[in-house]
Amino acid sequence: MSIVNDTRTAPARPKIVLHGRKVVGGCAEGEALVTRDTISGWGGINEREGTVIERRHELRGISFKDKVLVFPGAKGSSGWSAYFHMTRLNGVAPRALIFNKMTTKVALGAVVTHAPAITELDQDPLTVIETGDWVKVDADNGIVEVTKKAQV
Amino acid sequence: MKLTDSEQAMLDGRAGPAKQKAMDLLMRYGDALGAERLVETNNVAGAFNASTPSVRALVAKGYDAVYSELNLDSAEVVPIPKMAVNTCQLITGIDNEKWRIQGIPEELADQQKKAEGYFGARGINMFATCTPYQVGNVPVKGEHCAWMESSAVVYCNSVLGARTNTEGKESTGAAALTGRIPYWGYHITENRRGTHRVEVDVAVDDIMDWGLLGYWLGEIVQEDIPVLTGKVAQPSLIKLKHFGAAAASSGGVEMYHIPGVTAETNSIEEAFGGRKCEATLRFGAAERKLAYDTLNCATDRSVDFVMLGCPHNAIEQVWLVASLLDGRKISPNTQLWVHTPRALREVAERNGYVKMITDAGGVVMSDTCPAISRHAPKGTRVIATDSAKQAHYLPAILGLPVWFGSVKDCVEAAVTGRWNGGLQ
Repeated sequence: MSIVNDTRTAPARPKIVLHGRKVVGGCAEGEALVTRDTISGWGGINEREGTVIERRHELRGISFKDKVLVFPGAKGSSGWSAYFHMTRLNGVAPRALIFNKMTTKVALGAVVTHAPAITELDQDPLTVIETGDWVKVDADNGIVEVTKKAQV
Repeated sequence: MKLTDSEQAMLDGRAGPAKQKAMDLLMRYGDALGAERLVETNNVAGAFNASTPSVRALVAKGYDAVYSELNLDSAEVVPIPKMAVNTCQLITGIDNEKWRIQGIPEELADQQKKAEGYFGARGINMFATCTPYQVGNVPVKGEHCAWMESSAVVYCNSVLGARTNTEGKESTGAAALTGRIPYWGYHITENRRGTHRVEVDVAVDDIMDWGLLGYWLGEIVQEDIPVLTGKVAQPSLIKLKHFGAAAASSGGVEMYHIPGVTAETNSIEEAFGGRKCEATLRFGAAERKLAYDTLNCATDRSVDFVMLGCPHNAIEQVWLVASLLDGRKISPNTQLWVHTPRALREVAERNGYVKMITDAGGVVMSDTCPAISRHAPKGTRVIATDSAKQAHYLPAILGLPVWFGSVKDCVEAAVTGRWNGGLQ
């Protein structure tokens, strides 16, 4: 992890760079949506709206459409990939995926979502990245660049 | 990933475009996992049926297009040949006979039947159940499988000692055409050993208790591998079916060990196989009550829909429901759906169990469940079920509150229209 000053924006905000392993290649950037709760696909998200629907989930009712979704990993039904696959076909998929725990659900889900995806980062992304931060994912090179949101 | 010559030939397209697309997906999937190779499988349980409204546009392009996109992640439409290995269809969204009662439009029911014609002609067995192991697909210890359905996966790994990861719609679609799946996770012996010790301090015997234990445990261990000891009475297929389904809903449990009961272990030491025990957990009266209270999110005691049979009921469970209802009538304000695999419904029909349940005012369904179909009887406000899995998912899927309890409590709710269940 390294911290550099971003000189292009004023006031300068620090950038944090994390390194990890490519799961699905490609580059994307967007606003981070971070959760400490694992996510269910089937029965956990609405694939037409791109929202989390699980009762007792901290993101319940919140949409991940066009967000960089930062989460611990997948749980629940084997319909995980099919439901994230449908979010892509319905135009409500996340722009990129950053997660900690590798499972077949999340691996296949990331593959069929066609969104750049990274895991095994050198710092815990759930700690470093906060909802609202701007995150650039360069999955081909295993690089995640985080620009912290303006402090209010 | 390192491929064999025949795998490379498929990837190069020498076995036709469908197998080429299938190998391409398996390569992307294997790389994502960090797998080094594929393993051969001759037992695939997947989800092929296309009967939901959201796939209408694809269905209009034909079933080759449906399989290409949804089962192979290929936007390019390729002609789909016969399956290369033994393949079955898991649960579907529509009961082929009772679809009107479900509230399914005729157009979708027809769509499912047409899809089954297409898939059947390619050798996909229409078991149409979440429990293939109840209707003849019982893999042997050590057999490499490619199964979907979290409740079936955990049963396959733990109780039977066969080997599968929780596969998805696309990976099973590719496995069925190639007879290959990434050699990763639960296909590898070292990854099958225990991670957590669970001391069961309160007697766990009936179906409800096994559901509560599984629901509590899954939330804590997530996708780790618990080893159960203590007051677990000799379980049956039905109890372990409910236990695994619950643990795979609140968490992602794909394997557990009960020394002397499950396939791969006779002792606690063997269950851990030298792997470090990360934590010892205790399941006592407080944990049992916590799981019960968490599952029961309803407050209104007027129950208008009772759902039994998730995972799909064994024939003994259908008999139990029939016996509890014998000579009684369910409340005019309440509907009762009992779900069992189509093959077992045939037996239940022959035995007269279906008539006993129907005479009482209930419906015996197959092929589907309310969570998968997203359909409950029209106007349903409050649900009761004996399934921790269904109690977990229905509030999210249908937006309705659920009571969870024993089969007996649920049948009483159907008869009286009131929830009077509780922890004994």
